Amino acid sequence: MAGGKEIKSKIASVKNTQKITSAMEMVAASKMRRLQDRMHSSRPYATNMRQVISHIAEGSLEYRHPYMEERDVKRVGYIVISSDRGLCGGLNINLFKKVTKDAGEWTTKGAEVSFALIGSKAISFFNSFGNGDVVAQASGLGDTPSLSELIGSVQVMLKAYDEGKLDRLYVVNNKFVNTMVQEPTIDQLLPLPKQEGNTEQSHHWDYLYEPDAKELLDVLLTRYVESQVYQGVVENVACEMAARMMAMKNATDNASDLIDDLQLVYNKARQASITQELGEIVAGAAAV
Amino acid sequence: MAAMTVHLDVVSAEEEIFSGRVESLQVSGEAGDLGVMPGHAPLLTSIKPGMVRLVKQNGEEEIIFLSGGILEIQPGLVNILADVAIRGGDLDETAAVEAKRLAEENINTASGDMDYAEAAKQLANAVAQLRVLEMVRKKG
Repeated sequence: MAGGKEIKSKIASVKNTQKITSAMEMVAASKMRRLQDRMHSSRPYATNMRQVISHIAEGSLEYRHPYMEERDVKRVGYIVISSDRGLCGGLNINLFKKVTKDAGEWTTKGAEVSFALIGSKAISFFNSFGNGDVVAQASGLGDTPSLSELIGSVQVMLKAYDEGKLDRLYVVNNKFVNTMVQEPTIDQLLPLPKQEGNTEQSHHWDYLYEPDAKELLDVLLTRYVESQVYQGVVENVACEMAARMMAMKNATDNASDLIDDLQLVYNKARQASITQELGEIVAGAAAV
Repeated sequence: MAAMTVHLDVVSAEEEIFSGRVESLQVSGEAGDLGVMPGHAPLLTSIKPGMVRLVKQNGEEEIIFLSGGILEIQPGLVNILADVAIRGGDLDETAAVEAKRLAEENINTASGDMDYAEAAKQLANAVAQLRVLEMVRKKG
């Protein structure tokens, strides 16, 4: 049986770890509250934007923007949004698994895959992934990402799409369902996704435009892409905090269990040594 | 029978300002003010700084300031994607007056390094806010 001193120092070390994890849990919890509010407040804009875009995709518009054309898929692009830091459970790995599976399906169909990465976890994962090339990356965005920091890597993808180097563009991020559940999702960004099951209008129709169709759609589509990517990042940050909170809570609980076990071992060892000492004293006394 | 209504969503990048059924609405579009009644033809337009005045189902009016954005009309649905939207009652008059004064000063004392377009935009914004305030006051 291990000596009492070693067990004691082990307990102390686990206790220190527990202090750290519980502090991280509390930090994540308070950040999560804030980020969740921000995510909820910007969500309506993104969903309504998506709705408008799906209308546009369904209509037979006189001005055909390249973003509306369905092309044969030869190259697929993913904008993968991950967290910058680890210690948040399986959040990033679940996301990457989903992407690699989806990308794998495209490769078996003969399409090439390229990635634009946001967040250092994605960068380190996909740089060693091999399948598909990384065309853009951004990291170190912090908890309050600004659109201007994101837009660079998104522009790379949009430019590739405009030049015909990409035929399809997806944005990948974790969706915040609730504190316990974060769902990795892949949303189609380009060409403009059509909403399924929308049979409100089946005949051909077009918008009235004021002032000009081209100008208007150019503005709208840029905003669309920006808002979707921004919302993706904001959601992902909220997910990261929620996942970290849960992971740290589990770690703290596990540390408590570990301490309890070690304490038991320590007490037993102490008891054993006392019994042994007593036995020795009694034996010594008997010998005299 | 209740009057015909159309579903209206007003959202800004920061929050959802209004979502519900309205009898009619008026918006300051790029090419002039326009009124929308239920059953309007599909329309897409950009919005200049101004306001949206909406009449709710119970006949109650509400005025919301918009700094610009996009208006989309579908047969049963109107979407306003605003850059910044503030409810008429929440506008700060002194701040708007101050902003207007500053913007005017900027335009009048035009120097080489200032952006005329930016200043003009700020002025239009402030003037639109004041207009909304005036309308809110007239109503109340």
